[in-house]
Amino acid sequence: MRLSKSWIIAAKDFKTYRKKKNIIYALFVIPFLVAVLITGIMGYVGTKNGSSRVSPIELVILLPAFLFFYVILAAYLATPISSYTIVGEKVEKSLEPLLATPTTDSEILLGKGIAAFLPPLAALWGGSVFFMVLMDLTTEGKLGYYYFPDSNTALVLLLIIPLALLMSVLMNIIISSRVTDIRAGQQLGALTIIPFAGLYVSGELNLVNLGDTGNLLIIVGALLVVDLLLFFVSRATFRREEILTRWK
Amino acid sequence: MVPDNVGLYEDLSAYDNLDFYGKLYDCPDAQRKENIQRFLTMLGLWEKRDVMAGTFSKGMKQKLAIARALIHEPKLLFMDEPTANLDPESAKTVRDFILDLKKEKRTIFLNTHNLDEAQRICDRIGILSTKLIATGTPQELERALSTGGGTRRTVVLLQEQATDAVLAGLRRLAGNVTTEGNKLTIELKDPEKENAGIIEAIAKAGGHIQSVTIAGASLEDVYLKLVREGES
Repeated sequence: MRLSKSWIIAAKDFKTYRKKKNIIYALFVIPFLVAVLITGIMGYVGTKNGSSRVSPIELVILLPAFLFFYVILAAYLATPISSYTIVGEKVEKSLEPLLATPTTDSEILLGKGIAAFLPPLAALWGGSVFFMVLMDLTTEGKLGYYYFPDSNTALVLLLIIPLALLMSVLMNIIISSRVTDIRAGQQLGALTIIPFAGLYVSGELNLVNLGDTGNLLIIVGALLVVDLLLFFVSRATFRREEILTRWK
Repeated sequence: MVPDNVGLYEDLSAYDNLDFYGKLYDCPDAQRKENIQRFLTMLGLWEKRDVMAGTFSKGMKQKLAIARALIHEPKLLFMDEPTANLDPESAKTVRDFILDLKKEKRTIFLNTHNLDEAQRICDRIGILSTKLIATGTPQELERALSTGGGTRRTVVLLQEQATDAVLAGLRRLAGNVTTEGNKLTIELKDPEKENAGIIEAIAKAGGHIQSVTIAGASLEDVYLKLVREGES
């Protein structure tokens, strides 16, 4: 497999994204907006009437759960862009000439994966760093120290978010092979947020401690297994004979 | 390959579309740039190179798809209905371009329902009706129609209206002779062999010939005959 071929395909997709303003806005505005909203609510609730409605102990439970919100966003943000990269090619009927070029199925799949993976990752990292800075500034007075970053933050940012994003991308590639409409692909793809939303709610309800390194490592392990499985399924789905004869 | 659905990237410019495919076909930088300019110029799109493909007319998109298929200079080219749904001017540009490609000694597989186009462009024709039912040059296929019980026509233009003597002389040689002013249409099995006798008969009957043309069976006649035979 030649990475250069995959990169050519990804670079072409990056170029087309510039014309898809709605995708770019959704991608880069939402993570920053979420940072402002969560911090704003925290700031308001925490200092209402000058009282301390949220105790420092509660804050230490809430903050990692809030950061986990970016994991949900990872699953959500990958959906429009990865649906577009595959279903968009189907809609524009450009898969046939692409498959006529001397590129392997794996190279195309990887190229599409890179194109769907890197922009949301950049947006999520940017948004979550912004979130941590805002949250530190808001909570430092109550905690007496800057909560972010810590070793768990690194786990979430460097492993859980990319793995959740990868899971969403792979899921969307599989879904894209079965749908002909970008909107239908996006609606089905958005279902990937359900397990992460469940984890987030569990964290907020203190059923799962998302600030515990052990728990985070279990999530990393589970995501690795799921991603590996999805990779093999997507690889089996994305075969040119199948695409040329059966994808409608 | 030039597919039926051109499948261009509508949000990319004409240049970027070709550049992308050139890279995938491993075209070296210098050659790729040269080919993009050459083919876009040949197809009249160079001035529009920075315009988004999505804003192009159907004919321009078709031309761009042909340029895309040629970007790596293939020796073998598959074209699926390259002039379908094009206006007459664009269709002519595309046909002329295909003829230019022929001169460059490329092998072109042209899939078309336009039989007139096939007859004008192709050196060899294959007729498909669920399976390959005949192949040959246009002339060979026409001949096959005649030998298979079909007829061809010789059209004779006289300097004057055909006289009864001329018509009687011709009817002794050919089964069906029709007249329309000074034009005679004579159905013959093998015009190349029989035309000499026809000319002689007209001259003997006092007719003055302006021109003699063999109007062979059209590819459409051949196609219809072969397909009907296949069905029965």
